[in-house]
Amino acid sequence: MTAALTKIYIPRDTTACSLGADRVAAVIQRHIEKNHLPLEIVRNGSRGLYWLEPMLELETEQGRVACGPITPDQVDEFMAAASWRNIDKHPLYLGLTEDIDYLKRQQRLTFARVGVIAPTCLEDYCQHGGFAGLRTALAMKPQAIVSCITDSGLRGRGGAAFPTGIKWQTVLDTASAQKYIVCNADEGDSGTYSDRMIMESDPFSLLEGMIIAALAVGADRGYIYLREEYPLAEEVLNRAIEVAYANGYLGGAIAGSKFSFDLELRLGAGAYICGEETSMLESLEGKRGEVRSKPPLPAISGLFGQPTVVNNVISLATVPIILARGAEHYQRYGAGRCRGTLPFQLAGNIKYAGLVELAFGYSLRDLLEDFGGGTRSGRPMRAVQVGGPLGAYLPESQWDTALDYEAFIEIDAVLGHGGVVAFDDTVDMSEQARFSMEFCAIESCGKCTPCRIGSVRGVELIDKICAGKAPAQNSILLEDLCYTMANASLCAMGGMTPIPVRSALEHFAEDFEVATGPASRPSPQA
Amino acid sequence: MGLASNSPLEHEKLVEGIIKELQDLPGALLPILHRLQDELGFIPPALLPVIATGLNLSRAEVHGVVSFYHYFRSSPPGRNTIQICRAESCQAMGSRALEAHAQRALRCKFNQTSADGEFTLLAVYCLGNCACSPAVRVGDEIYGHVDAAKFDSLVAALSTSEVEVK
Repeated sequence: MTAALTKIYIPRDTTACSLGADRVAAVIQRHIEKNHLPLEIVRNGSRGLYWLEPMLELETEQGRVACGPITPDQVDEFMAAASWRNIDKHPLYLGLTEDIDYLKRQQRLTFARVGVIAPTCLEDYCQHGGFAGLRTALAMKPQAIVSCITDSGLRGRGGAAFPTGIKWQTVLDTASAQKYIVCNADEGDSGTYSDRMIMESDPFSLLEGMIIAALAVGADRGYIYLREEYPLAEEVLNRAIEVAYANGYLGGAIAGSKFSFDLELRLGAGAYICGEETSMLESLEGKRGEVRSKPPLPAISGLFGQPTVVNNVISLATVPIILARGAEHYQRYGAGRCRGTLPFQLAGNIKYAGLVELAFGYSLRDLLEDFGGGTRSGRPMRAVQVGGPLGAYLPESQWDTALDYEAFIEIDAVLGHGGVVAFDDTVDMSEQARFSMEFCAIESCGKCTPCRIGSVRGVELIDKICAGKAPAQNSILLEDLCYTMANASLCAMGGMTPIPVRSALEHFAEDFEVATGPASRPSPQA
Repeated sequence: MGLASNSPLEHEKLVEGIIKELQDLPGALLPILHRLQDELGFIPPALLPVIATGLNLSRAEVHGVVSFYHYFRSSPPGRNTIQICRAESCQAMGSRALEAHAQRALRCKFNQTSADGEFTLLAVYCLGNCACSPAVRVGDEIYGHVDAAKFDSLVAALSTSEVEVK
């Protein structure tokens, strides 16, 4: 008697595991073995509904249904009561996964397969539309592939929002016997985890995007530069690369064509600055991650001095769907000059933290309220930092801003990589401004004086202002320092550190005054 | 961390083997340093000349790289390495209090090792676990929603000797 096994999905993703998903899986496995249950565990990635993790899914005739959060303490009882047999009666039953409101209201293009498939199962990937983009690309001329990306309107999702097609065009047009594709997977911005999710939950989409990029520009070698802080992503990516080699998607004669492409994963070593593309190239070359002057652009003289496409994980993982469905399809999403979707990441003090892929154009408030549901602490939300540690702190008066690169620039803010970190009313914004300078001092590569020394002076000045030492004069000095850093640093590290500092000073000036400083603010315990 | 013995001669043999295996990679220095730290838990300064010779670099260049990256360390860590995220998302959920608690509980500061050699405490800037801040990493395990109580039970579970945790 070999009755068909019912699939039970348990995410294997850093955040799900940080909440006990591995222990949940181990307990369920024990029950299956002990009681010969007709269940088969599939370790999928996470759907990104993180407040529901560990979220179990069960395959039913109606489709996949979800139940969660099932913590390690609850799982024994869940299995002992055979809850999976009548899962719709369970108090934590969530219904059909696809119908969960948070997921249903999203426009998942880049993240279509994330949480659905088993990450390194090639068959699963192909059954869900994987390699359709590559098949299309293999039948196209390089210029046609580049034009497709240009026409889609895709802009660099790492944060700089430079048109991907134009970058590729430059590499295609630069003659060289050796060209490279480099994936920037040094996702160091606090509040961001979308790169990690792609790498852990749908790594083949990144590989496929890199292969298509290589076809487009004539490269035969690629590197993924992954941060050391992502051990699970490292394991999953290495496995995916191994599977791709074994199945003819990497190496010589890719998918039966004449084209070859070799790919290697390299690890960073805890330097935030290596997310800056030229610093990352230095690091890949085995050097200190010091920023290079531009020009020359990496597209002309990049890794080892050769023409190099440097793209973020999300940009590359979006390439396959653009090729598969056409530039026009992707272009239809979005608003103004921002075409397509951006995976936003809700983080910090937020009730429903998770990944929200949306077309550009929604307002920040929609995201915070409709998806985020307010703060996790239940206190009023006071400030939101969008776009990582170099992004502005936004007060409530700015939350109606459209989630659009240009709209954010207009209010001296950045959308960046789509990270959204919420703070409640216990936040002391002078501490946040001080930390921005401190972080710059810790992570500066040291090449430019305004960044290396200015950040240290910035911490000192903020300390003086908050201690009431000549606050008026020191505020003028601080603004002068911000001006120098913003205008005399080679890269965004020194150049953008003033953004959070200035936004805190401008919108939350009361936190820098001694009399109404932190002491009069509600304490976190209150 | 591997089980390589601590004798300088063994270390030298180890690094020579690693160099031989990896030196033909383009930009081989970081992969070599990673492998060495995976094996030994740190990069012994005495090995820098060996690496420099192997890769035809100056000793200063190798030292410059080792000292540039926060991850590479020049002295052995404690039996467990605990990283606490200090970045904004975790700050929004109370990581400043957690940092202070951890330093009190382990009686050591960031970048130091507790007196019993059990724990090395490190700061980290984002573990990508921002949906469940504050985040802590021990080895390759990442923990979410870590408060003082959860930190203490984590430390208690990792301790081999009897540590009094307040």
